[in-house]
Amino acid sequence: MSRKKERLYHWIFAILAFASLFFLVGISIILFKEGLPIFQKVDFFDFIFGKSWYPTYDPAEFGILPLILASVWVTFGALLVCVPLGIGSALYIHEIAGSKQRAVLKPLIEILAGIPSIIYGFFAMAIMSPFLQKLLNLPTGLCAFTASLVLGIMAVPTVCSLAEDALGFVPNSFREASFAVGANRWQTLTQVVIPAAGSGISTAVILGMSRAIGETMTVLMAAGGAAVIPKSFFEPVRPMTATIAAEMGEAVMGSSHYHALFAIGLILFIITFIFNIAAELISRRFRIKLGLAR
Amino acid sequence: MRRSNLPQNLGFLLLWICMITTLFFLLALLFFIVSKGIRIISWEFLTQGPRQFMTQGGIAPAIVGTIYLTMGAIIFALPLGLACAIYLCEYSPKSFIVNLIRIGINNLAGVPSVVFGLFGLAVFVKFFGFGVSILSGALTLGILVLPGIISSTQEALLAVPQSLREASLAVGATHWQTIKKIVLPSALPGILTGVILSIGRVAGETAPILFTAATFYKKGYPDSVFSEVMALPYHIYALMTEGTHPIRQTEIAYGSALVLVFLVLVISILAIIVRQRQRIIYVH
Repeated sequence: MSRKKERLYHWIFAILAFASLFFLVGISIILFKEGLPIFQKVDFFDFIFGKSWYPTYDPAEFGILPLILASVWVTFGALLVCVPLGIGSALYIHEIAGSKQRAVLKPLIEILAGIPSIIYGFFAMAIMSPFLQKLLNLPTGLCAFTASLVLGIMAVPTVCSLAEDALGFVPNSFREASFAVGANRWQTLTQVVIPAAGSGISTAVILGMSRAIGETMTVLMAAGGAAVIPKSFFEPVRPMTATIAAEMGEAVMGSSHYHALFAIGLILFIITFIFNIAAELISRRFRIKLGLAR
Repeated sequence: MRRSNLPQNLGFLLLWICMITTLFFLLALLFFIVSKGIRIISWEFLTQGPRQFMTQGGIAPAIVGTIYLTMGAIIFALPLGLACAIYLCEYSPKSFIVNLIRIGINNLAGVPSVVFGLFGLAVFVKFFGFGVSILSGALTLGILVLPGIISSTQEALLAVPQSLREASLAVGATHWQTIKKIVLPSALPGILTGVILSIGRVAGETAPILFTAATFYKKGYPDSVFSEVMALPYHIYALMTEGTHPIRQTEIAYGSALVLVFLVLVISILAIIVRQRQRIIYVH
């Protein structure tokens, strides 16, 4: 009797455990099903490399190159902010700060991570953009530069806490060995700790990048929204996520526009999927390198 | 030896600057939102609906809507997430399938939030015909938060010492009894921390509810799970981008942002406190 009950529980948990896998598969199926029909109307290469995005014109044009480039620019800009700040902060917290400082700094970084993206978007729109517009004398404060900056700040906690984890995996014996041969703290940091944590830190960067490219509300509010190929960082742009968020409300169900937006979602999904798999593979190798593989 | 001190000092200074810059942005963000938002906050603002084309009144329906959506999402995701984590930690034989589930969870965690919105639109709003509603939004948010609940629960379960399980099995308890009576109670604070953090995350998400649940204005409070709903994060977005009184609306958006930030901060501080208590229990 009791054995039967045990087996029953086992099966219930096993079935429920498949749920998340089921949802991931479900999401990919839906994206393919709703996204692929656009390629019956528009050639795949014209879709990806087409230079004009006029989904509501007649005849409509579905070229998403401006949107892809906008995402790439903004993500790249965000990396310039979040990589030095995130890794620098992680090194500071983990290698330099005393335990008292650490007890304050870690929760603060966590709080920064918990602030919703809409708040960053609002901050960008209400405060940063008027400020930057005045400071740099721009025609508009809502541009790739503002979006990159805010997106970068937003990704700092992600990069920081993952980089900190990576530093935590470096055994203390490495540091002690380095001190023992006469290296000072800075030499130990740059020549022993950072190389040892290197692939763990690169995982942090990849996941930060993945977060930045998939972020929606911040870029929707801060990037300005012009679907043209970006020429400078100070022009309004419209990244892929912002395009979906801004236009899905008006797209007629089953229209080419609707399918095109799902196809953009599919491309985003594939990009972040590749980033995540890459991060997973690198971190697995990292654990093996430090002898932490389970 | 003396020569090598200069690079060390410069290097430490550089890292210190990185840290300070990060903190500066956090404080600037909080400072602006608190100082400008606090002027708007009043009892009326928190307890009444908007009036006069969003220029008067408050944000009560948006607060209530956010609470409904968050509760719905957690009710949906919590049992699934707990079961999944329990299976992976307590039952799973190390096999190909378990690895597959792990990879599935990691990737689900990395899916952009707007893509969850697309999924919710195609599946809950259109296919199941729930329409733009609390139900569609809560289910979409639930899927979004599922990986977070699973991985925090997993961490909490892994932190329970193996000896506790062995002791329980040694005195004749079955596997399920051990999980129910020994493992889950010991892991409870950790699980709770994860759930609280998930609540904070769900409450602030905007992109997934853009086309599954949210509306800019709805008279009164939602009366069923099938009705559209105002939500705090969406309300901020709409105030900034729609409507006809941008200056007055920005002021109200400051107030709404302050309420949202306050909610999320209280939630994350609560989570940090719960976790620190748990650490103390385990150390001694």
